[in-house]
Amino acid sequence: MRIRRGVACCRTLVVAVLLMAGSQAAAQQIPRIAVERYTLPNGLTVLLHEDHSVPLVAVETWYHVGSSDEQPGRTGFAHLFEHIMFMGSEHVPVGQFDKWLEAAGANNNGSTTQDRTNYYEWGPSSMLPLALWLDADRMGWLLPTMDQAKVDLQRDVVKNERRQSVDNVPYGRADETILAALFPANHPYHHDVIGSMDDLSAATLQDVQHFFRTYYVPNNATLAVVGDFNRDSAKTWIGRYFDAIPRGTEAAPRPTVPSFTVARDTFLVLEDRVQIPRLYEAWHTVKIFHPDDAALDVLAYILAGDKSSRLYKDLVYEQQVAQDVSAYQESMHLDGLFQIVVTPKPDQTPAKMAALVNSEVQQVIDHGITPRELARAKNTIRAQFLDRLASDLGVASQLSLYDYYAGTPDYVQQDAARYDKVTAADVQRVARTYLGQHKVVLTVVPEGKRALMVGGAR
Amino acid sequence: MIVVAVLASACVKAGTSSKVAEATVDRTKPPELAPPPSLTLPPVVTRTLPNGLKIVIVEHHELPVADFALVVRTGGEADPAGQEGLATLTAAMLDEGTTTRNALQIADQEAYLGARLRSTSGWDGSIVSLHVPTAQLDSALALFADVALHPAFPAADLERLRAERLTDLLQLTDRGPAIANRAYDAILFGANDPYGHPLEGTEASTKAITRDDVQHFYDTYFRPNNATLIVVGDVRPDDVQRRAQALFGGWSRASVPQVSFGDPAPAHPTTIYLIDKPGAPQSSVRMGSVGVARTTPEYFPILVMNSILGGPFTSRLNQNLRETHGYTYGAFSSFSMRRAAGPFTALAEVVASKTDSSLLQFMAELKAIRDTVPTPELTKAKQYLELQLPARFETTSGIANQLVPLVLYDLPLDFYNTYVQHIEGVTQHDVQQVAEQYIDPTHLTIVVVGDRSHIEPGIARTHLGPISLRDLTGAPIQP
Repeated sequence: MRIRRGVACCRTLVVAVLLMAGSQAAAQQIPRIAVERYTLPNGLTVLLHEDHSVPLVAVETWYHVGSSDEQPGRTGFAHLFEHIMFMGSEHVPVGQFDKWLEAAGANNNGSTTQDRTNYYEWGPSSMLPLALWLDADRMGWLLPTMDQAKVDLQRDVVKNERRQSVDNVPYGRADETILAALFPANHPYHHDVIGSMDDLSAATLQDVQHFFRTYYVPNNATLAVVGDFNRDSAKTWIGRYFDAIPRGTEAAPRPTVPSFTVARDTFLVLEDRVQIPRLYEAWHTVKIFHPDDAALDVLAYILAGDKSSRLYKDLVYEQQVAQDVSAYQESMHLDGLFQIVVTPKPDQTPAKMAALVNSEVQQVIDHGITPRELARAKNTIRAQFLDRLASDLGVASQLSLYDYYAGTPDYVQQDAARYDKVTAADVQRVARTYLGQHKVVLTVVPEGKRALMVGGAR
Repeated sequence: MIVVAVLASACVKAGTSSKVAEATVDRTKPPELAPPPSLTLPPVVTRTLPNGLKIVIVEHHELPVADFALVVRTGGEADPAGQEGLATLTAAMLDEGTTTRNALQIADQEAYLGARLRSTSGWDGSIVSLHVPTAQLDSALALFADVALHPAFPAADLERLRAERLTDLLQLTDRGPAIANRAYDAILFGANDPYGHPLEGTEASTKAITRDDVQHFYDTYFRPNNATLIVVGDVRPDDVQRRAQALFGGWSRASVPQVSFGDPAPAHPTTIYLIDKPGAPQSSVRMGSVGVARTTPEYFPILVMNSILGGPFTSRLNQNLRETHGYTYGAFSSFSMRRAAGPFTALAEVVASKTDSSLLQFMAELKAIRDTVPTPELTKAKQYLELQLPARFETTSGIANQLVPLVLYDLPLDFYNTYVQHIEGVTQHDVQQVAEQYIDPTHLTIVVVGDRSHIEPGIARTHLGPISLRDLTGAPIQP
């Protein structure tokens, strides 16, 4: 599925090697997920969903802080802090967090996006109190054992993560380049989650302490438990371990989101160690659950979601001038963007790709889409819903997402419904409204080949 | 899933009860856990069609979906010399057109049904897979069977895929980790071993493969007596058998040649094969030797040993290279167990300036694993392997994935019922024995892809072995 929501940086790289791909489902009732939602006196919101079909449980904590909350000169800090959360707490010697969980048969990880940082464990149902105890200890008692050595070590690890996922990856710096050009300097999405090497070097122990006290407080977090557990036992443990953690003294500051329009087409070029250039086009769109968000997802699928999609069929299948093409509506908590990415064949140019993309987009703007295209997109998107609900961890993530971004965990059916309601006219309209605006155009070129840049010589 | 109304919000009582709770909370140690739930694996039902097609069925009614995997028991191992990449190309061509549908129609129908149809090949098998809501089963299975049984291998689509592959190979030279993976296999196994050639082929082989080659591969190996249909989901065995007979019953059997393997090339004394990638901020490190086949009698001791060395996050390699030294975002090891012995590999992407130090730490761990593993560490490793098993059976796709190796390697279908006991039975002595047998620090193949001008002097100073300069494919560079 070509729709992507917020690229995350994770604590450890999870490589899933599957002989079979994931799953999708067609027109099917999306089940409602029964959730009990309550709040501790210290403000921690708890989401509980029981499912006794398999003897597993997933625990997921969301802190409502991400790269969008970072100060200038401290890009990448929220993600660095995520790494630090695994370095032990007052009652958990460093290294024991993972050892105790593994001994209980559990896996764990964390991830950071622009808007939130999550921490999750999943495994046999017997491991639930351990996961809760560990998560409470680092929520309430992280700082006593925090020191410069721990910060320095995870700084090195995060720098390696940046090398592995950005600097040593072909076209790796495209995303941060686009974000910086599309979003104004005072916009919380101006920089990418991984941050810059310089800013990572600048992070201090004092920054860690201040960040913890500001954002890592129970009234800025949700705790989701999904799977095979006894409700009374779970509530007892949650109260026992989390009640004593004091509420944050002030509400966590939230970033200001300036409204803006892209005043003119912006053309950029980036040299990289690549054999073939690549074209990126990006438009400012809307945030998650905005009334136009679902139609933009559908548009992305129709443009590049499968072999019979507009761009793939034209550029890759019929004309065979492109090696690959993709389209995304990337809608986040505060704002969104739409991207189209094309890699030309070795004997083709980015300029030709740009012309073809613009022509296909104009076709949709002028003449709309067919009912068949709409049905394909909606059926495939609907399939995604069942996929996400197939595992305890998937359900826990969805509940946490809905609670933070939609204000209630009981949202999966409304989420599915907004796609059901999308019409062909909606898709045509959002293409005109958003893709008809000015855009950022980035050409990543082989070293020494700036002349291939789309939009002007540099 | 039955709909239940959202329960009303309720605040947990605060005040005195939390004070009492705090007074009795002992945070000095983690809570004692109840015994883990006993593992109840889903029963596996088997049927066989008259034409020899085996069917393996697991019922899973949590969601109205089903996974089908047609597993053909031949893969890239059977690529003829000069036609490396044939198995993967044949698999890729299956959904590029059948006798009644072209590629666009197949893609259109797949998406319209909300199904996901994939066709891939590995070393040991080729798989056509389908995941679909059971409400669409009739149409989706018809499409699935058409793609599996009636591929047309249209010439124009073959040329399109050929061109895509050639461009992929060009772009591969941008990626240090990919270069390291291919070079490692080529050097470790050599040119005369199927495992020494890339599954996705080379430029030469990709240009050489003809449509007849693809058709011949398909006709030779895609036979019902060389295949098993795995079905997991909201289905019933009798209905599955009826559908399979209707869709696959006419598939004609034929005798299928067995792939034969020679003995792997003998190991050389430890050598460092250095491939230059100017400007690389990280070095891609791959080191190891030929490992074992999946049917090795030492499967469980090796599983435990590898878990300790380079499996989960607390493994020795990861704790050393990442959490102690900060050289990498993650270090791992694996035994790739195939129909014949695949590679044992320890690997990481390490910061360029610490390439030499990383190699020394890798070597230290490969030596240390040959000593007796302390009991607490052994116990933790075994517990992790035993207790994380149920999580692999949570979804229909997960269950199907667990069944594929049983089918490919002729393992008993109740393999997982004794998995835990076998892990539990692995001793310190067992672990040490397989470590000593399969990890020989004096005979390692070490591949490093990185910026030669920065890293070579330091690597030379490690004195871990002679340095052999190689090109991007792993071939020696002529001086």
